[in-house]
This record gives sequence, structure tokens and C-alpha cells, in this order.
Amino acid sequence: MSQSNRITGGQIDRTKTLRFTFDGIPYQGHPGDTLASALLANGVRLMGRSFKYHRPRGPISSGSEEPNAIVELRTGGRQEPNTRATVAELFDGLTANSQNRWPSLRFDAMGINDKLSTFFAAGFYYKTFMWPKSFWEKLYEPIIRRAAGLGSVTREEDPDDYDKGFLHCDLLIIGAGPTGLMAALTAGRAGKRVILADEDFRMGGRLNAETYAIGNTPGADWAAAMVAELATMPNLRLMTRTTVIGAFDHGIYGAVERVSDHLPTPAKGKPRQVLWRIYAGKAILAGGATERPIAFENNDRPGIMMAGALRAYANRWGVAVGQRVAVFTNNDDGIRTALDLKAKGVDVVAVIDSRQGGDLLPGVRHLQGAEVIDTSGKLGLSSITVRQTNGRSETIAVDALGVSGGWNPNVNIHSHHRSRPVYDASIAAFVPGPEGPPGLLVAGAAAGHMSTHAALKTGRDAAIAALDLGSAPDLPQAEDAPVRVSPLWYVHHGKGRAWVDQQNDVTVKDVKLAKQENFTSVEHLKRYTTLGMATDQGKTSNVIGLAIMAELTGRSIPETGTTIYRPPYTPVAMGALAGRSRGKEFKPFRLTPSHHWAKEQGAIFVEVGNWLRTQWVPKAGETEWRQSVDREVLATRKSVGICDVTTLGKIDIQGTDAGAFLDKVYANTFSTLAVGKCRYGLMLREDGIVFDDGTTARMGENEYVMTTTTANAVTVFRHLEFCRQCLWPEMDVQLISTTEAWAQFSVAGPNARKLLQKIVDQDISDAAFPYMGAGNITVCGGLRARLFRISFSGELAYEIAVPTRYGDSLLREMLARGAEFDPIVYGTEALGVMRIEKGHVAGGELNGQSTALNMGLGKMVSKKKDSIGMVLSQREGMVQDNGYRLVGVKPVNPQAKLTAGSHFLEKGAAPVAANDGGWLTSKVYSPHLGCDIALGYLKGGDKKIGQRMRIVNLLAGLDTEVEIISPQMFDPEGERLRG
Amino acid sequence: MIIHHPILGPRDAQEFVYLGDASLIDRPDGMTAGVEEFHDYLYQRTNPAGEHQELWYHEQGDRSWLVVTRNTVTHEITKVELARDVARARGRTK
Amino acid sequence: MASLMALTALGRREPTTVTHGPLTITERTDIALASVAARKGRVADVVAAAQSAGVPLPGPVTYQAGAPYSGFWVAPEMWFVEAPFATHELIADLLKSALGDAASVTEQTDAWVAFDLAADDLAPVLERLCNVDVRAVPDGHATRTVMEHLGVYLIKQGRGAARVYGPRSSAQSLLHAIETAAHSVW
Repeated sequence: MSQSNRITGGQIDRTKTLRFTFDGIPYQGHPGDTLASALLANGVRLMGRSFKYHRPRGPISSGSEEPNAIVELRTGGRQEPNTRATVAELFDGLTANSQNRWPSLRFDAMGINDKLSTFFAAGFYYKTFMWPKSFWEKLYEPIIRRAAGLGSVTREEDPDDYDKGFLHCDLLIIGAGPTGLMAALTAGRAGKRVILADEDFRMGGRLNAETYAIGNTPGADWAAAMVAELATMPNLRLMTRTTVIGAFDHGIYGAVERVSDHLPTPAKGKPRQVLWRIYAGKAILAGGATERPIAFENNDRPGIMMAGALRAYANRWGVAVGQRVAVFTNNDDGIRTALDLKAKGVDVVAVIDSRQGGDLLPGVRHLQGAEVIDTSGKLGLSSITVRQTNGRSETIAVDALGVSGGWNPNVNIHSHHRSRPVYDASIAAFVPGPEGPPGLLVAGAAAGHMSTHAALKTGRDAAIAALDLGSAPDLPQAEDAPVRVSPLWYVHHGKGRAWVDQQNDVTVKDVKLAKQENFTSVEHLKRYTTLGMATDQGKTSNVIGLAIMAELTGRSIPETGTTIYRPPYTPVAMGALAGRSRGKEFKPFRLTPSHHWAKEQGAIFVEVGNWLRTQWVPKAGETEWRQSVDREVLATRKSVGICDVTTLGKIDIQGTDAGAFLDKVYANTFSTLAVGKCRYGLMLREDGIVFDDGTTARMGENEYVMTTTTANAVTVFRHLEFCRQCLWPEMDVQLISTTEAWAQFSVAGPNARKLLQKIVDQDISDAAFPYMGAGNITVCGGLRARLFRISFSGELAYEIAVPTRYGDSLLREMLARGAEFDPIVYGTEALGVMRIEKGHVAGGELNGQSTALNMGLGKMVSKKKDSIGMVLSQREGMVQDNGYRLVGVKPVNPQAKLTAGSHFLEKGAAPVAANDGGWLTSKVYSPHLGCDIALGYLKGGDKKIGQRMRIVNLLAGLDTEVEIISPQMFDPEGERLRG
Repeated sequence: MIIHHPILGPRDAQEFVYLGDASLIDRPDGMTAGVEEFHDYLYQRTNPAGEHQELWYHEQGDRSWLVVTRNTVTHEITKVELARDVARARGRTK
Repeated sequence: MASLMALTALGRREPTTVTHGPLTITERTDIALASVAARKGRVADVVAAAQSAGVPLPGPVTYQAGAPYSGFWVAPEMWFVEAPFATHELIADLLKSALGDAASVTEQTDAWVAFDLAADDLAPVLERLCNVDVRAVPDGHATRTVMEHLGVYLIKQGRGAARVYGPRSSAQSLLHAIETAAHSVW
């Protein structure tokens, strides 16, 4: 079968042949074809099975509104379900498959659903599958899901890339039909920055599908000439294959550009699609109109389509959908189809016009006051039954039927801010209502101006109005036919099924059922019947659905109202929304200054926010992570260990009020801190919960350096700016982050000073640089550096910082010069072990629910000064005697295991919530104590030190007897860190 | 949304972090106010359907805190001020 | 001065240059950077001192080139000041002594990675990376913006020249983002 339905003309390149397959059968088409036009050219009308009843279906449209011809494109990782064949651009080698059928499209076993249709009417699921309740998940839902549905998702990863981008313009024009082209010409010639976007791969809109002229030029040629002129303007950006998907606030529009969808695979490095964020001063919606069907019995057979689509296939793509064609219309536009097809030499056997009176068409059998009441044909249309005005029925053999129920303006984007369309009886359709998105004008058919002249004129005028232009191009001559339509929503006849929404298999009967059950509001109608849902958002079905409801309830259409549209205008691939942010590129990485050294050593890294931190550094022969971590802990406590702590947030705080400012933001006092000293600071939220902690040093009279936890670096900075700008605006305080400016290492262990003395140029003896000292120093012969004598590990420890570029070298230098002390580099696991051994709080304890009192730090909250959180931390419920207190925990049997998240229970108490005593926040194995140890929040924990309790974790099957001990589990007197 | 920053002009709301009601500027003095007053300051909100003054932080910008007057129904923004100016005008000092 | 050796933000001994199509990306390790913030009520003093010291402190969203100092606005009453690293590694100390107690000065050199971008026209690649209207803004426009989740400063020096300051720890990710965008359009 080689393009048997191809006729002359059209905007296809017949000099080139494209090969493609549909359901494994090879076909040929031409550049300019869509998958649908090429299949129709090859005589293929059957393209899919319907959602619920598995009825055979073909395309009813030639555009993005298509509900039926939904196919899977490509294979493997590029397989894309639910693609509309009517807009899929044909390329050489395209593989397409029908979906929702088994075993084949022509014989679909689930077609049995069609015979059982009584059971699948609207609301059937709700009523039937309610009992027994447990059957829903395991039995009913899987069966229904298999039987009803659209395409299937590939299980392979999408190999393509998706980009995003940002565009700016004075005017965004949505749609490049006559309206959009004229608006673009007007704005472009005025020198404005214009973006003209169209979802089609060829600009021109309906002009490409029509035969009438603009001026003396055929419409399609005029459009091509316009596009050529616009392309020469540097201030104009023409974007084909670009769907504006939504209007967002303040002139922001979303658009998806299908850069490579028309290619077998994207060119190397090129994205498949780009999601654009468009900042538009003004916008014009010139999205045209969509033809709607008329519901009648068996109106869903392949071969029955919109009259305008039948015409488009003939004019634009040179395809005669059928050899014997009829048209069923309630308006003049349907007549145009009959005339165009006839001019193309197609046998138009009848025009069934539901209207009475007027002139009869010459040379065509024009049945006035007639209706199509039924059709037949197994896998495609073979005949229609027509009821004439005299009541007589007649069966006419046809293989294609064009139906026109009138045209609906594409108001969709105009209602994205909830503007409700209003009914215009003169065109029997909804037009944009008042109060659409500010700055968005609507022109042409989208605004209900249906003639070509009106499109050109309103497009031009909209550009003038939007941009306040003084001059404008002249309008070319074009047809200005009035809209003559007599509403006919459905044919009153028979008991069979007349389809309203073909994508959701909603029939006139379903609408009647909804009415019968009192779901008469349009919103209820939609939810009860699913009318207007799914991938097409009811572009062809909504209006007739609500009009039928209006008729059934005896209300007018305006009284019945309409549902409104939401973004996106057409379905958007998840990949386009995700963009580059997936896999390893989900977020950027942050690398520490020691990263390159650690990588050389084969270190294991852990993601901490965006940071990659060294988790531990395995040595040869270590096969278990615990071997490495235990070794790092033991070696540090025995001699010296080095840890990269650059990730901690650092904020430079300067100004004559810097100390007073810190008194406000910290619960404890900093204004009294001596220059050259540092202090542990506790920061509360205003509600009294602990926000963050860290060490802050006074580097000068008016200069402090604050450290924050790694996780809160950004939020603390934001909070400080809030305090500075909003609460105490007269304070003299300046803030800047220096987190990344300094490579900072903790050097801890009995030999820390000895090692550092080989690096630091100044004397750092205990006398010269005492515990909690801080200052500017130099290292390695003069490089500026900072030194802080602080300890998180409980050891004699320092943190030393140099400008980041020297961090790698400093680490190597410390390891080399201190080699006699066998220094090791430890990671976050060993850091965690040592801080838990010392009872220092971190992530598990700083959980956003705990107070200073909970952490045993209640005395740090000074009441002698005002600080954030001070007042509310004293609330009754937060200062209870029996509240949670931080405790240390170790198992009575040293072999027994603990798990973080386990709960405290008294001995003999049942494991129920009423007996819950608290929970373990952090747990490690302590190589010094030779057992698991943990920190936890225990009710009245401060009074339970020395007692025995149980640790229970029902999920882990854990029930362990433990001893409650002080959180300072190692060197409780702190002798080591002052050494 | 677009926020017309008083210094930088129109900026995409994506660059900002939202905090909430601009009444958060009116923090009581912790040395004189009690728990009740702080409770009301922190938790009591009017939550209007209409014009609302709220705090936005230009985190991916110049770090200014702004007081934005926004209609919560239409998202129309009628006024944008530097929060520091608002705070000063409301008599906040050190 | 000291025996420590520097690594670039990309973890190499020498700065990196990458080209793709018309685009050249050059890592700049030879720029010293410091923040200058006016103490409360001292803007006039800072501006006066800066003027006599030849330190440009331009208005909002503006970069002002000079020698040896260039500067750009980053926040109300705060600027970033650049100078050649070779001669001004101690830029913070130099600015402190020039501006006195009217300003708070903080070294920022290694908080950032600087990439210079050069092409005939950078707009096609920058519009894939950030929301700045690079075609419309004037030369010398300096603004903070976001590229692939990273907060950066973008300085437009011309139609085909721009400098991007990004967080140093994410230098690789930022370079990757720019390169990827370049491959996407060229």
C-alpha cells in the first residue's frame, strides 16, 4: 500500500521520501507530513483503541486537540507514550505503535469491554468496587488499570537531555496564524522585541489548511512570505515547535520548544526539548479556535473526523481521507469543507446540514434539516444513516465523514488565572471572559473573531494596543464571512452510544446519568463522568458536554457555565520539567579543599547537603568501614588526627555594634568576649527552640568570626540579615559569608600542638595560645592564616585556616612535617564518634524540636539581656522538670547493640506509646569504651543518671537493657582538651 | 511573580525567599514583654484574602529584606519597600 | 612568600581554559577580591576615602573598571573590589588601610571562582543559564543571579565578554554547567 490516498497539492516535499513503521508495518511519507497525515495517506484510519471500551478509533482532528490518535513513538529509552499522531512530525526511521490494545490493534481482546458497556458507565467504579474494602488495592484496581488506560511508560532511562532557558521580550505572541503574523509584523516593524511562538513546525496556522487568498496570494503563500520577512528582523524571535504552556504571574509564560523531536535522535550535545521561561511585557493570545463535533450514535468510527480536519488533510497534506465523503454540519464552515474537497476532485456524496432554509449548494447533494443518526463499519466507517427533514431514514455508503458543530475559541491560556470564559450566542461558543492575566490580550479566532479579515485586523490592533504604537501596516484584503451557526450539540435519536468525549469514553448517556444523579454543576459533571480530563483536557468535548447538560436541565448555557483550563496547554514531558536536574546533575557539588588529596587516598565520600565530605579514609587491608573509623578515632586520641572542617559556615561580622548584635542573636553573651578569644554560641529561634550552634571568635574590637553548622550556614546568614535589617536597623553591623574563602582543618589529639608548631610561625604554647584562644597568625614562612583553639573531639585541638587555594598544600605539609607523630586524616564518621563520646550535640539532637534545656544547656540562655528566643524558651511547657534531657546510654551487656531512633522504656513496661520515655538521637560504636554508645532525649533524664532502662525498637526487633549515663562519656573532666 | 525591587528593579520571585507577615518586624522587647506578648507576635496572623504586607528576602540578589504589599487573591503587588526603611519608620532602633 | 603551593578552584596548578565552538572559558586565578561595606552612617566617608585611593565604588548593578582597583556593587552600601592578585594578594589589608574605620573590609579572593567568558555573542549561552536579560542590559552591568542552582555574580563587559563569579567549592559544577549550555547551543 503506497500512499493510495495521496492527492495533489499540499505543503509536503514530494521529492523526498520518509520511511516509517506503524505497529511494525512499513509505510512511506514525505517531509511536512505528520504521522497522522502519512498514515491517512496510506489508507490507515485505525490508529488506536479507546480508553475504557477499547473501541477502534482514528484521528478526529489535525492538531494538538486530538483525543483519539494517541500512539507510542520510538522504542527503548526514547519510547514516548500518549503522543498525538496529528502533531508528531514525520521523520525517516520513525517507529510508532498503537497502544491500549492486546494482542493487536485490529483484534483487541479487551474489546469485550465494549460489549459490557453497561458496567462501565459513569460512576460505575465508585458504586461497584466499594466492597469488600480490601479488594480495591489487590484486585479491582490492578484489573481496571490493565483494562483501561493509555500508553505504557518505558522502564529505561531517557537518554536525552532537556534544557531550560530564559527569554525576555516586549511582546509575546502565542500562535502564528494570520492573527499572530499580523501582530508580529506590526510590533516588529515598530522595533519592539517580539517573540512569536507556535506549536506547529510550520507557521501560518489555519492559513496552511485553507484555500482562500489574502490579497492576491493564496493564504499559505502569504503566511510563508510573512514568516520570511519577520525572519529578517533582528528584534523578532520566531519559535516554531514551541508550545506556550501556561500564563503565570506578572507576565511570565512557560513554553516548551521541541528542539529535536522531529529528528531520530538529538544531535550530539543538543537537547531534546527546552523549557523556556519567558518574561513578557505584554502578550497576545492568538491561538485560534478548535472545531467541535456533534454527538450522534456511533460517531467514533475511524473515518469520522472534524470537517475542518478533513479539509486540512486535503489542502495542507494532499490527503483524501476517503473516496466517498459526506459532511455533517450545523454551520457554514462545514460547507467550506465540502466545496474544498469537491474542488480537489473528491467525491462528496452528501452534505447533511442540520439547518433549514437558505440556498442549496450547487452540484452537491445538500440535505437541509437532516441529521446523521447512526453509522456502521467494523474497524472504520462504511456507511452513515441519515434522517431527513421528512423523517425518512437513508443509509449512505461513505468511507469518510466530516462533522462540524462550530468552532470554540482557544481561550485556554486566558483562563489560567481563573478567568471564566463567557458564552457568545452569536458564534455559539465561549469567548475569553473579563479579568484574564494582566497584560494578556486576545485576538483573532481565540477572541471569537472568526474571519480571516477579523483575524488580521484584531491581530494588528492588539499589537498597537499592547505596545501603544502610533503607526501600523495596512491590512491586506481577506475574506470576512460571518459566522452562521445553529447550535446542535447532539442528535436526539435512539438508545445507542453517542460520544461526547472520545478520549475518556464519555457518552451522552453518561451526561444524562450524571444529571439523573444530580451532578448537574459543570464541575461535578466533569468529576463524575471524567469528561474533559486526561491528555486533551477536553478541547473538543467540554463545550458540547456542558451544552447537553444545559439542555437536559433546562438551563441556559451561560447559567450552566463552563469549567476552566489550567496549565499546561498540552501535555509536557517530565524530562522537560526536570531539565538538567537529574542523576548526578540533580544539584551542583561542593568540594572541600582536601578533596583532591582524599580522592588520591581512595577516601569514601558522603553527601552533606551539596558538599562531598570525607567519610573515612580506608587503609590497605581494611575491608569493613568500622576498621577504618575505629583506627581513625584511636589514632587521633593517641597522637593526632586532621579533619577538613571547611564546610562549617563562617560569617564575618564587623561593626561597632557587632558584639551587641551577637548578644541579640545568641542566647549567651558575646559582647564581653575578649579580643583573641572564642566562645561556644547557642542560637535559638524566636519560639525558643535551638536553631544552631557554633564557635564564634573575636578577632578584633569590632570584628567577629561566627561559625555555623554545615547544614544551617545559609539559613543562619538569612536570619542574621533579618535581625540586622528588620529588627535592629540602627545597629552598626556588616555581614559577609567567608565559608569558602578559608580552608579550615581541625587538628586534634595529644600531639596536635607539636604538629602545628612545625607549621605555625608564632609561638602556640599553652601560655601563648591558651584554650579558647583565637587569632591571626602566619604559617610556613609568612602565609596569612587563622588559628582557633577549639575542640569538638574532646582532645587538645585547634582549627587552622588558610586561604582556600593553599588548603590542599597545607594538609600535605602538615602530614609531611608532622610525620613523626603518625598523623591520620579522619572523616565525618570518626568526627561523629568522638563528638558523641564527648556528648556534643549535632544533627540528631539539633532536630528543630529541642530546647537548650533539653540539651542540658539551659543555663546558657542569659536572662540578663534580650535575645532571640529567650522569652519563649521559658514557656511553661518547655521548662518542665520532667521534660526531655540529653543523656548518654550504654548497653549493660557490652556486646548488645543499640540503634538510633529506639525508644526508652522502663523495665517491664509494655512497648506502647503511653510508656514511651524518649528516644536515642545518635548512636556509634566507641572503640574506647568497647561498646555501642548513644545519646538520647529521656524524660527527666537528668535525674535518671545511673539507672537501668530498656531500649526498644520494634522495627529492628531490639530490646536491650541499658545504663543511663552522663552524655560526657569520655574524659568527663575535660583534662585532655586543656592539655 | 515579579517583584519590583526598590533598588534593582523587576526581579523574578524565584530569587527570593519568603518569610511571612511583615508584622514580624514588630518584635517586642524581651526585657519588658512577657510570654503572652511574644506569643501573639510570633503566632497571631491576620491571613487576609486581599492586601497583605509580607517579608521577602533577596537571597539570590542583594540580600535585602523587602516588605512587599501583595494581594493574596490576585497576586498583584502594589508596593515594595526596603524592610530596613520600614523598620526605621516604625521606630525600630538598636 | 610561603612554601605552600596554590591550587586553582578546579584543583589544578594552572588555570584552566576551555573552548567550545565560538566560546572560550578562562579560569581567572589572578584576581584578588575583597568586600567593602560602609559602617553605619559612614557611606560618604568611605566614598571619599575610596575616591582618593582610586577604588571605584559604583552604584547598584554596576561594575566600574580601573587600575589597579575595579569594583562592583553587591548590596546596599557594600561592594566587591578587584585587584591583580600578583601585586594585591593582601587586598583586604591594603583596603583597610586606605579606607580606615569607615569601612568593614573582608577578604573574598578564595570564596569565589572567576570565569571569563568570551564569544562573538554570549546571549545564546547565557539565556540557557540565567534569567538576566543580557541582550538589553548595558556593558558594565553587574548582578547576582542563579546558574544551575548556584548563586553567581555576572558582569557583562560587552556583547561577547562577561565574567562570572561562582562559589569556589562548586567551580567544577559551574564550569560543567557553562560548558553544557555551550554544547547545547553551539
